[in-house]
Amino acid sequence: MVNSNNILETIHMIDEEDLDIRTITMGISLLDCADANIDIACAKIKKKIMTLAKDLVKVGDEIARDYGIPIINKRISVTPISLLQSVSGGDCVKYAIALDECAKALNVNFIGGYSALVQKGMTKGEKELIGSIPEALKVTEHVCASVNVGSTKAGINMDAVELMGRIVHESARVTADKNCIGACKLVVFCNAVEDNPFMAGAFHGISEPEVVINVGVSGPGVVRSALAKAGKNKSMDEIAEIIKKTAFKITRMGQLVGNLASEKLNVPFGIVDLSLAPTPAIGDSVAYILEEMGLEQCGGPGTTACLAMLNDAVKKGGVMASSSVGGLSGAFIPVSEDAGMIAACRSGALSLEKLEAMTAVCSVGLDMIVVPGDTSATTISGIIADEAAIGMVNSKTTAVRIIPAIGHDDEEELEFGGLLGSGPIMKISKVKCDDMIKRKGRIPAPLQSLKN
Amino acid sequence: MRAIISVVGKDRPGILAFVANECASNNVNIIDVSQTVLSDMFTMIMTCDVNTSIFTIFKESLEQKGNQQALIIHVMHEDIFNAMHKI
Repeated sequence: MVNSNNILETIHMIDEEDLDIRTITMGISLLDCADANIDIACAKIKKKIMTLAKDLVKVGDEIARDYGIPIINKRISVTPISLLQSVSGGDCVKYAIALDECAKALNVNFIGGYSALVQKGMTKGEKELIGSIPEALKVTEHVCASVNVGSTKAGINMDAVELMGRIVHESARVTADKNCIGACKLVVFCNAVEDNPFMAGAFHGISEPEVVINVGVSGPGVVRSALAKAGKNKSMDEIAEIIKKTAFKITRMGQLVGNLASEKLNVPFGIVDLSLAPTPAIGDSVAYILEEMGLEQCGGPGTTACLAMLNDAVKKGGVMASSSVGGLSGAFIPVSEDAGMIAACRSGALSLEKLEAMTAVCSVGLDMIVVPGDTSATTISGIIADEAAIGMVNSKTTAVRIIPAIGHDDEEELEFGGLLGSGPIMKISKVKCDDMIKRKGRIPAPLQSLKN
Repeated sequence: MRAIISVVGKDRPGILAFVANECASNNVNIIDVSQTVLSDMFTMIMTCDVNTSIFTIFKESLEQKGNQQALIIHVMHEDIFNAMHKI
């Protein structure tokens, strides 16, 4: 029998501290939908997704209702579309439209996998897909795109880095009338993972099974509240223990929901992504956790150390709670989606450079950062290259999702709505890197020994 | 299925009776009850057996009726608590 205090603790976490399951993501392989005729390929895709995911939202809602756990998003990830484009050729945007139609018909929040993995080189199909990303993100609502430009094993493809600077810029430009939303749905990765349930970077990797259920948990509010209760006198190792225990509980909930969804949908369970994913809701912020540890504001000295401890403790607590851990697993620091990060940017405490340092020790990378509209494509490429270098050398996933605020004043804030939140425009270095980016080529893979 | 009913609200006579009556009229069997009153706040945790087919209707009706009487009532599947608090 579970004791009363534990029951009330769980209810309190859900009601007051924004504990929720952030996403149930169904990964679907589309390899068998490839066809030399793009229209036939699109028809096959639609048929397959509509069949396999027809009950996804219904089952998600059922679990949320019966177990009293909010499940915020139901999403789908698919095989990188560049593989299908390589077979069919033709107007790649047709794939994006087909995916968007599925998302609308199934009522899922996002569908990810308009993706290409080009860390070592680009095929014709991959070039075509990347070139079509701005248009695809403009004409669709729910489709998310991602491109992997580097890995620890392959190094960094600087041709792709150069190209992606222009694609990010163009994606923002063509959606300038909608607060540059196109760039919010595009992630540039280094060491992308194949089982990530979180958007915008989710895709169904080629080593994954036919269909799979992955779950992403949340809960920054719960961790912050546990630290607040512990008080200011606990040492860092003591609060690390508290975070581990809290992460364990959060992850157990994710595991339960994953098992239930897998059983009800008759789809194998993949992984729980042990992530602390913030939302714009007050209190549900990773920055506030860091501040609860004793920082005046996120972004000041000590921030990287606190984030490193948080990230590690979340993983240690979560690993034992789940039979299978994967995805990005760690603390996310998306600026526009985190009330504490937004406040730190506004006050000037948090700079782009500090965020870059933080990405060396956290889950992903420079996420949901709004930069001035006059930022050049080569500067964006430079930021992507820096971030990819951190990921490549440290054998971790890093990513860039930045939004050039084209058509907006530097004093403005961009409102993206929903979980994407809103972001103030951050200052960015004006020092140019054009000549370096124009060199293109490849940064060779790093040495895996003599690590210092 | 086993469900946990939690009730929180300002203490007054008849809260337990009200919940127990709702259970009885829905053929829900009460297995365990623990309740305390702390600084005028009534807190009760009830474990019960609910027929799976009526769970959703029972849950919605009890939570709504509780709300009308200024009580915060949650009816949740027992498994969530087992998952979170037992290794």
